[in-house]
Amino acid sequence: MKAHLTRRYLFSASHRLHNDAMTAEENRATYGKCNNPHGHGHNYALEVTVSGRVDGRTGMVCNLADLDKVVQEQVLERFDHENLNTLRHFDSIVPTTENLCVVIYDILRRAFRAAHLEKVRLEETLMNAFEYEGERDSL
Amino acid sequence: MVYLTRKAEFSASHYYHSPEFTPEENRRIFGKCNNPHGHGHNYTLEVTVKGDIDKRSGFVVDLKQLKEVMHREVLDAMDHRFLNKEVPEFATRIPTTENLAIAVWQRLEPNLNHAKLHRVRVYETSDLFVDFYGEE
Repeated sequence: MKAHLTRRYLFSASHRLHNDAMTAEENRATYGKCNNPHGHGHNYALEVTVSGRVDGRTGMVCNLADLDKVVQEQVLERFDHENLNTLRHFDSIVPTTENLCVVIYDILRRAFRAAHLEKVRLEETLMNAFEYEGERDSL
Repeated sequence: MVYLTRKAEFSASHYYHSPEFTPEENRRIFGKCNNPHGHGHNYTLEVTVKGDIDKRSGFVVDLKQLKEVMHREVLDAMDHRFLNKEVPEFATRIPTTENLAIAVWQRLEPNLNHAKLHRVRVYETSDLFVDFYGEE
């Protein structure tokens, strides 16, 4: 039988929302206080949802220790206590939480093979969150 | 179609062990969850049902009835229990959160009169939960 399993992780990072392709006025109009040149930080909460058959012998979709290890090594160590703008992932895209959510999904999709990656959900604050489930075939 | 979710909490203990594995395999696969004396969690259960809104009552489901079924079928059986020893499903299945979500579904699904069960979500801790949507 198939079940979905979700695990939550916390990390902190800073970013500045700014696009070089826009004028200074456009950047301020688009990003507001997030355009502050010195950046600002968030405590992000990451929820990773994986799915698969419940293994008859272990009773588990996948071993949580394996998921924790991949998320720790591939996501948390990469982004925790970093300035996102300085990382190569954001050389050509703005480190909005939308884009960070997609970047994390793509990293985990490649790195975690023990179960199917269903969804990455990223909370920037208690008041907003973003979800990405990969590209859909219907587009 | 409208979806309605009801929450409940219960506390129980469990441990993970399979007789198919050697003691070393059990320790390696299940880690500290393999401690035979068990350990406990405060579980949060979310039961989501779906249905059309009844024109006369304005309800998808009689909430009181849903609450009664959740209490009778799940909480009375599992709250303050050692799942491995006191809940029959776990005499043969390991009481992982995955299997717990499936067992809750199997207990509730035949007992809901009008609404259709959509999802059972079981939080083992605030950082870990399992969703089960029925047989696929």
